[in-house]
Amino acid sequence: MRTPRHRLIRYSPLDRANHWSMAMIFILLALSGLAFFHPAFFFLSHTLGGPVWARILHPFLGVVLVLLFYAMAARHVSRNLLGENDVQWMRQIRDVLDNRDEKLPPIGKYNPGQKLVFWSLVVSIALLLLSGVIMWRPWFAGYFPIPLIRFASLIHSLSAFVAIVTIVIHIYAAIWVKGSIRSMTRGWVTRAWARHHHGLWAREQEEKQREHS
Amino acid sequence: MDNSQNIIARSATTTAPPQVRGHVEEVAKLIDVSKCIGCKACQVACMEWNDLRDEVGECHGTYDNPTDLTANSWTVMRFNEHETEDGDLEWLIRKDGCMHCADPGCLKACPAPGAIVQYANGIVDFDSNHCIGCGYCITGCPFDIPRISPKDQKSYKCTLCSDRVNAGMEPACVKTCPTNCIEFGTKADMLVRAEKRVGDLKARGFRDAGIYDPAGVGGTHVMYVLHHANDPNRYSGLPKDPRISPLVGAWKGATKPIMSAIIGITAFAGVIHYMTKGPKEEPEDDPGQEDAPADTLGYDATRRGSGQHEGSAGERPRGEER
Repeated sequence: MRTPRHRLIRYSPLDRANHWSMAMIFILLALSGLAFFHPAFFFLSHTLGGPVWARILHPFLGVVLVLLFYAMAARHVSRNLLGENDVQWMRQIRDVLDNRDEKLPPIGKYNPGQKLVFWSLVVSIALLLLSGVIMWRPWFAGYFPIPLIRFASLIHSLSAFVAIVTIVIHIYAAIWVKGSIRSMTRGWVTRAWARHHHGLWAREQEEKQREHS
Repeated sequence: MDNSQNIIARSATTTAPPQVRGHVEEVAKLIDVSKCIGCKACQVACMEWNDLRDEVGECHGTYDNPTDLTANSWTVMRFNEHETEDGDLEWLIRKDGCMHCADPGCLKACPAPGAIVQYANGIVDFDSNHCIGCGYCITGCPFDIPRISPKDQKSYKCTLCSDRVNAGMEPACVKTCPTNCIEFGTKADMLVRAEKRVGDLKARGFRDAGIYDPAGVGGTHVMYVLHHANDPNRYSGLPKDPRISPLVGAWKGATKPIMSAIIGITAFAGVIHYMTKGPKEEPEDDPGQEDAPADTLGYDATRRGSGQHEGSAGERPRGEER
């Protein structure tokens, strides 16, 4: 299917399928994890079919998330390194928050906020995997000394906290920046959107389009 | 679970547990290690009363049998052959099992409401019916006591025969001990007896005899009389100053409310930001220019439609100025 001229493809079908799989799994993981974190959230363990099922399923879901996430991260890491105008963009974070977008420099496919989300999750999910395996009963915890399990438990809750706050910010940003949810559900953005939010990426894509036409 | 109206602490519960019953004296089991002959009658009595049958294990060349606590062996005698500085042999035998801490690390760590309770008499009990098998009690315990059954993934440990005590009887191990090495009563009475016994031992030359009732966990409801209270580690690794690990304290302490609050505040901040600053509206397409190369347009060509924010037309973005 040909893309209409005023649209740019931002996320491939594979990217979208991966993203929404991760989204659903992350929510289930966060809810069931919070259930074990604080008594106030214990009722959330029913999202996985009750507290015992939550205990059984949570780590397996975690492994699936890790696989999906790092498959995605490996493909997108180069787009998430510090790029042109990123530092300037960060300096103008007040303009970003106050929606004075016209004052901002053009940036690449991801803005520094998105890159921060990316790296925050790269680190926190790695820590969640490592600490989670150490805590995982009945399969693995028995092979580790108890003091290490204690340390892992603390790391697991701290990194889960970081991941959850990051995702809350990620979700809010998607609601805040109109057009970005459609880019992840349908895959395309308008040229105007791309130029407005990711000027350097828009230029790059348009050049590519011209070469092909 | 018995004694359901006499609970002073309940796992994963932030409100007061039921404790309507009035004055209850704290109980304690006193194990006088210096009187133990290692007969293991207490192990047998424990299995019998609690109706537990462990798998037949293997002999590892020591008297320890089974060699460790299991979900079916809630108490084991630990034998240690200790050579003193003078070259004498001391055969130190310690009955290991739950210490029923006043400040129980298992209860603090447990995420399942009501799976671990502490009665007013000091007994820390597992209500295995509510256990979810996560093993956090093992993580929290400073004495490495709870064990998860491979059969049902529930955690088990000594109940201090809470069912017997509730009916006015002593624990099964106490009843069966042939040397009166294990005694049971109010904690106050047991401390008096322990002190008397420590006096005896000191008179016989055990200068370092003493009571093991570690303050780091608020005291315990299973206490030892040790001939070498200065070095409890000698008794098959009894910790000298047990306390709930600071890692467990951080994991299950202040971080819980603080991090929960921050997650909520973050979401709330998003709502407020949206209501006060509004969204970044989608810039409108400019059909006349869609084929023009982006770099000839200037970035104000992408200004948002219907003039919501003034100032966009006149200002050139910084990135273009350079």
